[in-house]
Amino acid sequence: MARKTPAPPTRQARRVAVLGGNRIPFARAHGAYARASNQDMLTAAIDGLAARYGLSGQQVGEVVAGAVLKHSRDFNLARESVLGSRLAPTTPAYDIQQACGTGLEAAILVANKIALGQIDSGIAGGADTTSDAPIAVSEDLRKILLAANRAKKPVDKLKALAAVRPQHLAPSIPQNGEPRTGMSMGDHMAVTAEQWGITREAQDELAVASHRNLAAAYDRGFLDDLVTPFLGLARDNNLRPDSSVEALAKLKPVFGTGPNATMTAGNSTPLTDGASTVLLASEEWAKAQHLTPLAWFVDGETAAVDYVHGEEGLLMAPAYAVPRLLARNGLTLQDFDYYEIHEAFASTVLTHLKAWEDEEFCTKRLGLDAPLGAIDRTKLNVNGSSLAAGHPFAATGGRILASLAKQLRQKADETGQPVRGLISICAAGGLGVVAILEA
Amino acid sequence: MADLFTTIITSPLARKAGVPQPTKLRRYTPGDPLVEGPVLVAGGGHFDTSLANRLEQAGAQVGTALEELDGRLGALVLDLSAAADPSDLVALHAIGAPAVKRLAKNARVVVLGTDPATLTDVSHIAAQRALEGFTRSLGKELRFGATANLVLATAADPALAESGVWSAVEFFLSGRSAYVDGQVVRVGDAASPSAADPLRPLAGKVAVVTGAARGIGAEIAAVLARDGATVIAVDVPQAGESLAKVANDVRGTALQLDVTTEDAGRRILEHATSRHGSLDIVVHNAGILRDKLFVNMSDDKWAAVLNVNLRSIIRMNETFLGGGGLGEGGRIVCLSSIAGIAGNRGQTNYAASKAGVIGIVEALEGQVRDRGITVNAVAPGFIETEMTKSVPFATREVGRRSNSLQQGGLPKDVAETIAWLAQPGAAAVNGQVLRVCGQSLLGA
Ligand SMILES: NC(=O)c1ccc[n+]([C@@H]2O[C@H](COP(=O)([O-])OP(=O)(O)OC[C@H]3O[C@@H](n4cnc5c(N)ncnc54)[C@H](O)[C@@H]3O)[C@@H](O)[C@H]2O)c1
Repeated sequence: MARKTPAPPTRQARRVAVLGGNRIPFARAHGAYARASNQDMLTAAIDGLAARYGLSGQQVGEVVAGAVLKHSRDFNLARESVLGSRLAPTTPAYDIQQACGTGLEAAILVANKIALGQIDSGIAGGADTTSDAPIAVSEDLRKILLAANRAKKPVDKLKALAAVRPQHLAPSIPQNGEPRTGMSMGDHMAVTAEQWGITREAQDELAVASHRNLAAAYDRGFLDDLVTPFLGLARDNNLRPDSSVEALAKLKPVFGTGPNATMTAGNSTPLTDGASTVLLASEEWAKAQHLTPLAWFVDGETAAVDYVHGEEGLLMAPAYAVPRLLARNGLTLQDFDYYEIHEAFASTVLTHLKAWEDEEFCTKRLGLDAPLGAIDRTKLNVNGSSLAAGHPFAATGGRILASLAKQLRQKADETGQPVRGLISICAAGGLGVVAILEA
Repeated sequence: MADLFTTIITSPLARKAGVPQPTKLRRYTPGDPLVEGPVLVAGGGHFDTSLANRLEQAGAQVGTALEELDGRLGALVLDLSAAADPSDLVALHAIGAPAVKRLAKNARVVVLGTDPATLTDVSHIAAQRALEGFTRSLGKELRFGATANLVLATAADPALAESGVWSAVEFFLSGRSAYVDGQVVRVGDAASPSAADPLRPLAGKVAVVTGAARGIGAEIAAVLARDGATVIAVDVPQAGESLAKVANDVRGTALQLDVTTEDAGRRILEHATSRHGSLDIVVHNAGILRDKLFVNMSDDKWAAVLNVNLRSIIRMNETFLGGGGLGEGGRIVCLSSIAGIAGNRGQTNYAASKAGVIGIVEALEGQVRDRGITVNAVAPGFIETEMTKSVPFATREVGRRSNSLQQGGLPKDVAETIAWLAQPGAAAVNGQVLRVCGQSLLGA
């Protein structure tokens, strides 16, 4: 039988719309969601999205989601969450994990498939819980248990288990530390912050702005169609609307050492539980569903830095990813109406901004002719960010994406002008994920 | 869940001791026969011939004299719309009394009359007005889940009223009206088309239900969706978790919104038209209670209740009835309450708001009539919900049993009445307040 000659590749990349999002309120660890699993939270976030956009019983092209802290039972987290959700059970799904970049990377993957015409719609998501973190047995005990499992005869099993000693029984709880340096993320950041001379006052000011902006966003109903309550919690419970520089100034540093330590619990994000989702689609799909795109997903970029050998700070990768993304899109750092720079720590945001203004960094490290320059700070994290909302690792990307898309739509409708926003997220492992939206 | 008191008074012992026992009411599920048992249609009024035909088409066994029918009657339709003098009411007793004796469990008595307000002759008016007293008393005498209701035609020409009268009669005969007893419905002359698919009379309609996260609102959403409508479920953002569940259950959409916000109407309308293409049915169900004796009531409690239960409805209706809002065939149904009719100790704010709702309906009736839109209210009595669970035990038990059906109603009973008023077939019912109260003694 003669083979069919393949059709010529006529497909062009399609525009990808961000249609909206849904997240559950973020909760400080060991609080409101102490008994919720990643799957519970992700399922709730998907169900809220389904309710908002009328997706109950519908099949979506693909659901891509992940979690940073995962139980072994969560190996198929996205798919299991779909099966427990109101989406049609015929909706495919897969898991990804890229530390704190997980949520935004999931969106890039969904967007790319939509652009290529492989799917017409998709949901990007992420969930993380530090309250329900997987606890592993110690490495020695694990080896003994596996040996006992391999033993055929009961007596051999018993013999293998006889090797258990009391010290083996201490559980191994996941640490918020870099495997290759043993240092916590905060301690890494403290080194970078000190190198860049980021002051305590600037950090506290940024933190206060984050709380005030998020509180104002709640007050004007901005989050009414971005958040669905979960387990009785209706707002992010890390939010302190009355936060002040004076109050934050009283806190003792928790990262770094010596008199120059500047990073406190007030200007660093706390451990948080939560989940988020974003609905992306082609223009045609959006139209068929009677949904108006909030924004267009224009492009995304990922970078990594060598923090292991001390070449660069752990959380500096976005400083590299952004200029590459700008160059590819023919834009300058000032060509944006809004900037969403994830507040892992206040000092992270301030360091990135300072680095982009720094002649030496921009020419030597980034290989540019001149610094990227300063941004208009009134356009930064206008609806608050992770310092106020909290930061359930894999859920942060979806939170930012949906919120920025909505802000862009409002601005575009208000002014009748095209608008543009930049997202920048730093992640463990020296990673950074960034993206551009337009409306 | 039955509480201890209910368990005791419905026990075999209590039954022997003569404590009146509630009957399990006949409630509608799609596909049910209209009535259970033969129907006697009599009275010699303007409508009995056409109604008998319609009933036969609906699959009922119909007779025009009691002797023609075997066994217990599913319903008795007494058409006295032509009674012009009290002497004409002799027939009412002559035909009615033997038939009532033969009523089956959960049977229906529907009396037809002519609205006295449309008449001029004293004897004529007296005869027609008499029907109301008769129906309300009969409702109190009937047992075993049977109800009695009165349909009054307001049209001068019975031919014009016929389709509307049928819609009301059909509602009262069906399981949809299980908890509606002793009520009067006035029917005008608007043409009332029958549904193309009787199982989905609301097919193609877009409905918004406020306060849909729980209780009566959640049930309204379910019933409207069952009847074919696309439902937008609205509730405050704090209730979003259960709201999402309701919206997903009915495959509709959730809109987290406080109805008291200034632009609530615009946001609902925008959501409805952009997502679903139109807005056809509005159910103002969101409501709150803040009970306190008048003299002890704080300004906040007073204002909050009036704001949510009354002012928000007025404001949203301005949008819904404005340009780009409800079109021909549009429906607005508001939740009033028997407290708004009878008054209730500790509920000055609530009763004021719910009486105000009746004012809205009365005021809008004339304004919308020519546009093919109707505005009606439903006044529930004691309905088993979270709201009534919060009422103290003794008060609750009295409320639950002080009605002709000797039981509380279910959210579904309120929802079924609203779903009927939302039908294209109910076009001739406008400006009415229909109580769903099992003929409560309150304000009766
Ligand atoms: N339950 C009864 O016996 C009874 C009797 C008479 C009338 N009603 C009326 O029926 C309606 C529903 O009663 P229910 O018993 O289901 O009450 P409910 O308290 O169970 O539900 C009312 C719903 O309205 C919502 N709501 C309150 N304020 C709102 C606002 N500002 N914006 C949006 N949503 C708001 C609530 O969140 C809740 O989900 C109310 O209007 C009530 O007054 C009830």
